[in-house]
Amino acid sequence: MTDSNMSQLWPLFWDAAWETLYIVAITLTLGGLLGLLLGLGLYVTRGGGLYASRPVNLVLNVLVNFFRPIPFVIFIAAVQPFARVVVGTGIGNPAIIFALTLAAAFGISRIVEQNLVTVDPGVIEAARSVGASRARIVRTVVLPEALGPLVLGYTFAFVALVDMTAVAGVIGGGGLGNFALQYGFRQFDTVVTWTAVIAIVALVQVVQLAGNSAARRILRR
Amino acid sequence: MPLVELTDVHKTFPAARGGTPVEAIRGVDLTVEAGEIVGIVGYSGAGKSTLVRLINALESTTSGTVRVGGREITGLKERELREVRLGIGMIFQQFNLFRSRTVWGNIAYPLEVAGVPKAEQNARISDLLHFVGLADKAHSHVEELSGGQKQRVGIARALATNPQLLLADESTSALDPETTQEVLALLRRVNRELGITIVVITHEMDVVRSLAHRVVVMEAGRIVEEGPVVRVLSDPQQPVTRRFVSTIVDDEPDVEALAALHARHAGRFVKLAFRGDDVRQSDVFAVLLEHGVRFELVFGGIEEVQGETFGNLTLALDGDPAAVDAAVDAVRALVPAKELPR
Repeated sequence: MTDSNMSQLWPLFWDAAWETLYIVAITLTLGGLLGLLLGLGLYVTRGGGLYASRPVNLVLNVLVNFFRPIPFVIFIAAVQPFARVVVGTGIGNPAIIFALTLAAAFGISRIVEQNLVTVDPGVIEAARSVGASRARIVRTVVLPEALGPLVLGYTFAFVALVDMTAVAGVIGGGGLGNFALQYGFRQFDTVVTWTAVIAIVALVQVVQLAGNSAARRILRR
Repeated sequence: MPLVELTDVHKTFPAARGGTPVEAIRGVDLTVEAGEIVGIVGYSGAGKSTLVRLINALESTTSGTVRVGGREITGLKERELREVRLGIGMIFQQFNLFRSRTVWGNIAYPLEVAGVPKAEQNARISDLLHFVGLADKAHSHVEELSGGQKQRVGIARALATNPQLLLADESTSALDPETTQEVLALLRRVNRELGITIVVITHEMDVVRSLAHRVVVMEAGRIVEEGPVVRVLSDPQQPVTRRFVSTIVDDEPDVEALAALHARHAGRFVKLAFRGDDVRQSDVFAVLLEHGVRFELVFGGIEEVQGETFGNLTLALDGDPAAVDAAVDAVRALVPAKELPR
């Protein structure tokens, strides 16, 4: 333990921690929004849904099912050409954020869909019976009624994104995962690896606790 | 002009995968006059839920026409249908309240949809909360309420936009008997004090007896019998109607009960049907006494519905056979009488 480099690596550690935070924050926001729209699309076009449409639902399902099973480390490589077009580079944090946003959108869309289908169809009928439009029902009934589980779903997505950022190093991205691999694993420096591990665990714990308490407040349980 | 008028309405739901199309409504003509309470009864699958959903255009007809307030609603655009729905309140078996909103927020919802100004909303919600007796629960959340309170919120929400018509879909079926009476009393007030027309669909004949003026009996997507509640209860024509009526009005003992009664009581059994106040029971009993016939009431009961009395009484008549014969003939001249087999 005495031959660990950790004491010299603290500045790099804090940089890496900050990188993980902002990569996850940006991808959760952008991917979360795209995932919400995609998940809403999957939900409202289902049979018996507010905008039921078998063809649209089929297209969305095929799209999500096509991208979602691709392991993230391969997904990064697969979308690299698109990253060059959209964010101007195929390497580094911008390219990682691009890939992660896309992957997050597809993953989150299923989380959103699963939570929305638990909304009682009865309350939707009640809203229809007072003459609410379909768009209003989505905005004022479906989303508020599912808010508690959605918050838990997005908390789950946050944890998954922290996990996915660990492989950012393959295209030169940073973050705590890359820090652990580069300065811990490859240097046989267990102290460095575990410092990064503990930081990641602490981050996940804090966010999970915050998510749980927010969901509890929303559900008033 | 009737408030609601259905003419030769059919509704067929398309086949589920591998199934056959479901003909939920097969040619229904129905009118509902402003101010009345109509009870629609039928077993599950008779089409009564579909029927009310056609009235507020939550479902569209396959053929036939639906008029509400004189306005033909078949073929209206979605936007126009939404206006129609604003004028029709609806309450549900499972209440269907928004859990994401307080009691106040639930009642506010239709007013928000209707674009009512905030100040007007507040006054209206406050009035409604007092009307349904929940002024102290305004800021409670839905899960803090009992079933009866939830349905009262449902009623307040349904009345928020001053509808002319209230549709109640099995609105008391999830409630205990005491709470059911409470909600029925509130619905009677809605009709009497606010003049709102009510269509209740139910499988509970008791709800029809205590609430409705007129009853419509549905079976397999058709109306098989309809009429004033007293008439239908006292003289049901169709088998399905008789089954419903028998749940609240005693007709005559079934075969088993009859055998048991014969074992305990001597003499001939005669079922007498009393309808209205023209012939009193005392008149009948007087005739029996005149003939020196001993009699005992062995089965049946007398009902009171909307101020009218009716019922079926089965009497065991004992005495000299010739005297009993004469007495039965004399009674037959007063009320319909049916001899029950030994």
